[in-house]
Amino acid sequence: MLLPLGAPALPLDEAGKYVAGAYIVFMVLLVVYVAIMAAKLQRIERELRDVAAIAEDRKAEREEVRA
Amino acid sequence: MYGKGLKPLSIATVAMLAVSLSLVFFYAPLDGDQGFIQKIFYLHVPLAIVALVGFVIGGVFAIAHLRTNNRKWDAYSYVAIHISVIFGVAVLITGSIWAKASWGHWWVWDEPTLVSFLIVFLLYATYYPFRYAIEDRDRQARYASVFAVTAGAFVPLNFMAVRMAQSLVHPRTFATAEGGMPGEMMLTFLCTLVAVGLLWTTLVKFELTAKSASGQVKRLRRALDAPAPSSTSRIAPEVS
Repeated sequence: MLLPLGAPALPLDEAGKYVAGAYIVFMVLLVVYVAIMAAKLQRIERELRDVAAIAEDRKAEREEVRA
Repeated sequence: MYGKGLKPLSIATVAMLAVSLSLVFFYAPLDGDQGFIQKIFYLHVPLAIVALVGFVIGGVFAIAHLRTNNRKWDAYSYVAIHISVIFGVAVLITGSIWAKASWGHWWVWDEPTLVSFLIVFLLYATYYPFRYAIEDRDRQARYASVFAVTAGAFVPLNFMAVRMAQSLVHPRTFATAEGGMPGEMMLTFLCTLVAVGLLWTTLVKFELTAKSASGQVKRLRRALDAPAPSSTSRIAPEVS
């Protein structure tokens, strides 16, 4: 494996914050994505509730006409 | 049924990510030159590989769309590119952090690997406004597929061009004249690559399932002659 030229190893205390930063960025991106998907799921649920309400109204109307 | 198999896939992804992170921090040896900072490699490189492969897969789905004219493939292509762009953001940020720690700069413009990835990322970033600019859904899907095929073909060409470049500033991850990675590092790297690949697959499936659910609701609305909701996406393809 070839490594960056002229790149001495950083001490652990200094390198640790960069490594933690990289992994935290990855986790934050994942969490943001999950939050966006949760919002989408909420919208789908709301739309489904609307459609269910419309279907129930139509059914009630039909039963009223039949009666 | 896009949600079929999503649960075991999600469990496998979480398990594989946990195993990979354990290997990265408790098993893989410290790199002799870079020390602890090299741990970023196990995240950055698999993300880059999966993002680039994802772009190519998006192109393959686009070919299937152009051949069959089935809108399902356009949705697959869109989602593959969408998730790969998100991974691309992670690649650029983790790469910048690694560059800062290794080279003392957040970005190095004379490094072909970095600049070529940025070019690929920016190319795919134009995919969204490109779709958004076309109102007709059929034309939008067709033109987006042509874009995905062209850009997907550019990715391996770009990769080969970079590999042929002579700069040795960027770390080479696989075997070179001086030999490859030690076994423990290679095993850890392969595990993280599989974990990130599984994550990409899970997110693609997750996104497709959400789009399918949304498409089913729209179908139901049409069947009931119900008014369409005010907020509908103009660029995201529908999945039925």
